[in-house]
Amino acid sequence: MSDQDDDIILAELNDEDLVAQMFDDLYDGLKEEIEDGVNILLGRDWTPYRVLTEALVGGMTIVGNDFRDGILFVPEVLMAANAMKGGMKILKPLLIATGAPRVGKMVIGTVKGDIHDIGKNLVSMMMEGAGFEVVDLGINNAVDAYIEALIEEEADILGMSALLTTTMPYMKVVIDTLIEKGMRDDYIVLVGGAPLNEEFGKAIGADAYCRDAAVAVETAKEWVARKHNQMAASA
Amino acid sequence: MSDALSKMLASRDWLLADGATGTALFNMGLQSGDAPELWNVEQPDQIHALYKGAVDAGSDLFLTNSFGGTAARMKLHNAQHRVFELNKAAAEIGREVADTAGRDVIVAGSVGPTGEIMAPMGALTHEIAVEMFHEQAEGLKAGGADVLWVETISAAEEYKAAAEAAALAGMPWCGTMSFDTAGRTMMGLTSAAMAAMVEKLDHAPLAYGANCGVGASDLLRTVLGFRASGSERPVIAKGNAGIPKYVDGHIHYDGTPDLMARYAVLARDCGATIIGGCCGTTPEHLTQMRRALEDTPRGTAPNLEQIAAELGGFSSGVDGTEEGGGGPVRERRGRRRATV
Repeated sequence: MSDQDDDIILAELNDEDLVAQMFDDLYDGLKEEIEDGVNILLGRDWTPYRVLTEALVGGMTIVGNDFRDGILFVPEVLMAANAMKGGMKILKPLLIATGAPRVGKMVIGTVKGDIHDIGKNLVSMMMEGAGFEVVDLGINNAVDAYIEALIEEEADILGMSALLTTTMPYMKVVIDTLIEKGMRDDYIVLVGGAPLNEEFGKAIGADAYCRDAAVAVETAKEWVARKHNQMAASA
Repeated sequence: MSDALSKMLASRDWLLADGATGTALFNMGLQSGDAPELWNVEQPDQIHALYKGAVDAGSDLFLTNSFGGTAARMKLHNAQHRVFELNKAAAEIGREVADTAGRDVIVAGSVGPTGEIMAPMGALTHEIAVEMFHEQAEGLKAGGADVLWVETISAAEEYKAAAEAAALAGMPWCGTMSFDTAGRTMMGLTSAAMAAMVEKLDHAPLAYGANCGVGASDLLRTVLGFRASGSERPVIAKGNAGIPKYVDGHIHYDGTPDLMARYAVLARDCGATIIGGCCGTTPEHLTQMRRALEDTPRGTAPNLEQIAAELGGFSSGVDGTEEGGGGPVRERRGRRRATV
């Protein structure tokens, strides 16, 4: 798509142009370029947290929006997430070492009886793309598996996914158990999957139904911010 | 061509396919999470009843209980070594039902997606996908399936792998994809792109089309997209009976038999030849679809407004076949880094 004359050297771009270029490179799923970009910004004394939020999360937000709007589809998102992952691998130890603020932590898995995980995997990738930590429990999770992980991981968010109309009612079992144990208010509960809808999410007592991975990210950000505000208000 | 489906297609101008398999099995007591394919040997009477339900309701063709019958899916139930056996059993029961129907009925060996993402994005290589589909196809063939029926596919790569497997098994086949994301498949394929892809295959299907997805209106928009491609290959329309709703702890599809009957007639008007249902479609729906197809004269193809007026609105404004809808477009900086 570009002419030979347009070739550029990432290291020669100023910060603003480099970040803009990284947005493009994420969009195009160019992993090596993203890794280089991250290293260059770190070399310019950007904090790891700033690289994450301004360069990577910023770029993935564009990918997420275009996915939500039906402009990009799964293959392009997978490529972008893969590029993001390359950058995250460099940043992760540095984020921990510098005590960077946590965006949030999500425990996610498909519910008991459901072995369909493409949608759940997409949500995991996009959540990581948005800077969240994701603990992926995989497929076919009974209520105990969710609850143990939520406690052990000190998670903020529970994500449940189901592709089958026959497995989606199990989400209510998990939520009801959280209520029984008096834990429901400790977590943001998001649900998703092809046969679900908002009405269903409300009916079973989830905080929100997320139509796709991009919406899941937006919703998670919104609810985490709301929770922080509440905590600040009650402090 | 001497296969049973080709013969039937040559003598009829529409065929009624079947409805839901999963919905019916769950009503028979299949527990969510259990592999339906195991019932081919554990509960053969139930599978017999499932097939017979469609045939008695007037289906000319029904799908075998083998949707998740690839090694990739059976592995999740620790039954990956039973692929041949379970698929053969699925087709054998089908053969029995079809041969005692008292009229010509086609046994279509259902082949669903592997559930894995294909290389380079995912881990599943073309070779392994072909091998898995081929293994399943041989089982269905041994059990007496007339035709392979590949369905609910999202990726063009996976569809092609299934085509190759059908060729290896020496079987005629049909193949449908699920258009459930802004009018395209999950992987972004438009109806026009699928039609073009199908025509390029070495072992082309007898018929191609769409199944499942999101609602009857969307499915018919996809059929119109197929027909607009100029391909004369027979088109399959197998849409869900409406949208699933959660009522009192159970899932209920909101598409009434009456709505599905109108959908069937419109599908034929849109240019579909093989018409059936998918999730939520019961024998009661099929009976009314058959009656409507027999009693209603063929009409001209409806436009999108007419489809929406009859069956309800679309899930997305466009489906990628509109002008300029070809692919991801983003204003970009237009520069690439030098490759040193």
